[in-house]
Amino acid sequence: MYIIEKSLKLSENVYEIWVNAPHVTRNAKAGQFVIIRTDEKGERIPLTISCISGDLVRIIFMAVGKTTHALAAIPAGGSISDIAGPLGTPSEIKQYGTCVLVGGGVGIASTPVIAKALKEAGNRVIGILGARNANFLILEDEMAEICDELLIATDDGSKGHHGFAADLLKKKIDEEQVNAVWIIGPTIMMKVTSNATRDKGIKTFVSLNPIMVDGTGMCGSCRCVVGGKTKFACVDGPEFDAHEVDFDNLMQRQRYYMEHEKEALSTWQEHQCTCGRHE
Amino acid sequence: MGDRSVSDRLKDFEEVDMGLSQEEAIEEASRCLQCKKPGCVDGCPVNIDIPAFIALIANGDFIGAASSIREQNLLPAICGRVCPQETQCEELCILGKKETPIRIGQLERFAADQERNKGLTVPARKPKTGKRVAVIGSGPAGIVAAGELAKDGHDVVLFESLHTPGGVLTYGIPSFRLPKDVVKAEIDLILAMGVDLKLNHLVGRTVSPDELEGFDAVLLGTGAGLPYFMGIPGENLSGVYSANEFLTRVNLMHAERFPEYDTPIARLSRVVVVGGGNVAMDAARTARRMGAKVTLVYRRREEDLPARAAEVHHAKEEGVEIFTCANPVKILGEQSVTGIECIRMKMCQLDNGGRPVPEPVEGDTFTLDCDIVILAIGQGPNPVLVSQIKGVEKGRAGNVVTGEDGRTSHPKIFAAGDVTTGAATVILAMGGAKQAARSITAMFGN
Ligand SMILES: Cc1cc2nc3c(=O)[nH]c(=O)nc-3n(C[C@H](O)[C@H](O)[C@H](O)COP(=O)(O)OP(=O)(O)OC[C@H]3O[C@@H](n4cnc5c(N)ncnc54)[C@H](O)[C@@H]3O)c2cc1C
Ligand SMILES: Cc1cc2nc3c(=O)[nH]c(=O)nc-3n(C[C@H](O)[C@H](O)[C@H](O)COP(=O)(O)OP(=O)(O)OC[C@H]3O[C@@H](n4cnc5c(N)ncnc54)[C@H](O)[C@@H]3O)c2cc1C
Ligand code: SF4
Ligand code: SF4
Ligand code: FES
Repeated sequence: MYIIEKSLKLSENVYEIWVNAPHVTRNAKAGQFVIIRTDEKGERIPLTISCISGDLVRIIFMAVGKTTHALAAIPAGGSISDIAGPLGTPSEIKQYGTCVLVGGGVGIASTPVIAKALKEAGNRVIGILGARNANFLILEDEMAEICDELLIATDDGSKGHHGFAADLLKKKIDEEQVNAVWIIGPTIMMKVTSNATRDKGIKTFVSLNPIMVDGTGMCGSCRCVVGGKTKFACVDGPEFDAHEVDFDNLMQRQRYYMEHEKEALSTWQEHQCTCGRHE
Repeated sequence: MGDRSVSDRLKDFEEVDMGLSQEEAIEEASRCLQCKKPGCVDGCPVNIDIPAFIALIANGDFIGAASSIREQNLLPAICGRVCPQETQCEELCILGKKETPIRIGQLERFAADQERNKGLTVPARKPKTGKRVAVIGSGPAGIVAAGELAKDGHDVVLFESLHTPGGVLTYGIPSFRLPKDVVKAEIDLILAMGVDLKLNHLVGRTVSPDELEGFDAVLLGTGAGLPYFMGIPGENLSGVYSANEFLTRVNLMHAERFPEYDTPIARLSRVVVVGGGNVAMDAARTARRMGAKVTLVYRRREEDLPARAAEVHHAKEEGVEIFTCANPVKILGEQSVTGIECIRMKMCQLDNGGRPVPEPVEGDTFTLDCDIVILAIGQGPNPVLVSQIKGVEKGRAGNVVTGEDGRTSHPKIFAAGDVTTGAATVILAMGGAKQAARSITAMFGN
């Protein structure tokens, strides 16, 4: 049992929790994730480590299906049955020069840890955050504090640039020398945005989010095609060279359980609080 | 009592083999000749005193029989069920020469089940030595090593990456062959000796190799959990599972009871399983229980199937169609699987192991329609930890090299089980673990 010390709502459907898990915090590095299971009948789902403070791990997630909705419903002081981690290979942190971190939607959750590590390694760090509208923008203040420069884009123009984060990235690359780029967000956004750096040959990382089960390299559910080779995202990744990733294969595999996911969510919503699985 | 009827067992995941009744057990035990030089014992990798425990069963002392087995084997209810007895103890039973050998595995299981029903007692520990040992992985190797080391009085920390201990016993072997309450009872008994089990700890990530230096000895029991893929076109389509993923979703996560349990699994209608070992049979029989039509494709002949004969027999009884001398070359489909293209294989000269080398017959291909493909073509050692540990010699397949005594080339690091041998058996993993535990205690000088 692991206690959720804090739980808050950041925007519509986006939540932040702090889980007490000293075994995870001890060795956690930028770019790594955890796998949680809410209860004995729960699914194992991967979530990025978004901040570490003492024994607490911060996780920021969007309620999209059964497990994430259930997680959002656990009040502070409540608990989850499992949290395993840190998992995955950490981000390749070194002195690149100027780095740009592009976060899209809830993918922004992954950016502060990486930004901090890059900063500590002596890089100039530029953050670009993109969201549907100003209400969906998360971690703006935190990123502003870490980054040397922070740019904002919203789809509806309610804040910052009216348009996509990719537009700002293109502009930045034209303006100054950029040595490495991280793009973290929905798969389609990572696919499109990484085209901005392709021709220029700028080293670009994306953090892939295939469906996982164990997260330890034992099942192959998370396999992705990178540079024509099959890789296990949970151990070889989740970060890979954006220009080598087969995004279409990833999106096809992500959709496989769509019908199940709908069924799980509607069953949960019908049974909520009568099924005996909640306090 | 024999096997449950096929129609019954296809409805659930309950155990197929119902074991022996007390009368049957006594009768079978009474057939034993109590050989002075028993061949059976030589056939058992952990050298259980087989005639001794059988004599106790014949006398009706079932609990005594179980205690006798426990001196050599900490997991008797498990081994009695899953050991390949026909090629071990039972193969060397003298009675096998003329009539049928004694059903040693069944008797072992019987004694252990009787004991469990009465309630198990925790084995005694020697006085504390103050030495700390890290055991990594809680499969049969890790569990047994932890138990032996705890018995010797050492402080044992057992690390497991998953949320439940047991390794393949828990996530791999289906409950219709090995009920999970049996596994849990035997593991709980070992943990009750004071083993500090740390779940959700992936060593190599949660615990760094440097932190392991803080222990007086380390035992690697991380198994061979890395699933192999074939490298053929279409393999990354949705609907292609490794046997590990398929079995884990069902055995560990209970996807067959979705949506009561949250983990989903594809709705199965036509399944092709590739491979011919125990893992392939387990996947095929699991898929049958989920209502699928199942075809198993194997590249050699039926007589070459590496699975235990009993499992092949069970699979066939349950309606698994076995397609031999064929090998997949391509998995078909746009988004998810729609079929699998196979090529016929002809058998050529024998290899070193006496099995024929299969060779494809150019141009002779055929297609099987299916919506799920399960690959059960083998597993190798998981590299996550092993690749990070320095000073330990590794073999070609990424396995850890050890001597008979479980020592690696690093003075403080020992290893046992599938991580040393590649995918093998429960009892070999346990035998290796006992050896390694003994070597660790010897190193400490007590
Ligand atoms: C390495 C990694 C890091 C992630 N970090 C975050 C994060 O920080 N914040 C966040 O909001 N989300 C993150 N995700 C995605 C998150 O795991 C899914 O949103 C979550 O599993 C959905 O579960 P659900 O039951 O609520 O929804 P479901 O209804 O089960 O699924 C909704 C969506 O999530 C995907 N999904 C479902 N199950 C899994 C699974 N076991 N593994 C991966 N994806 C799955 C599905 O493809 C689907 O698109 C991450 C995924 C990965 C692989
Ligand atoms: C489907 C299937 C059916 C089988 N049927 C039979 C049978 O009928 N009879 C038989 O004798 N054998 C059978 N086997 C083989 C047998 O199960 C294995 O040989 C045996 O389990 C090996 O034991 P082990 O302890 O070495 O490894 P495993 O059982 O693989 O256990 C390894 C454990 O280590 C954990 N681990 C791995 N890496 C780390 C890490 N870095 N940190 C922490 N934990 C880690 C894993 O999660 C796992 O729990 C079968 C195997 C499979 C897959
Ligand atoms: S442990 Fe296995 S080989 Fe040994 S007696 Fe029991 S069934 Fe036979
Ligand atoms: S070899 Fe057979 S008959 Fe002889 S002691 Fe062993 S089990 Fe009994
Ligand atoms: S999630 Fe199972 S191997 Fe990556």
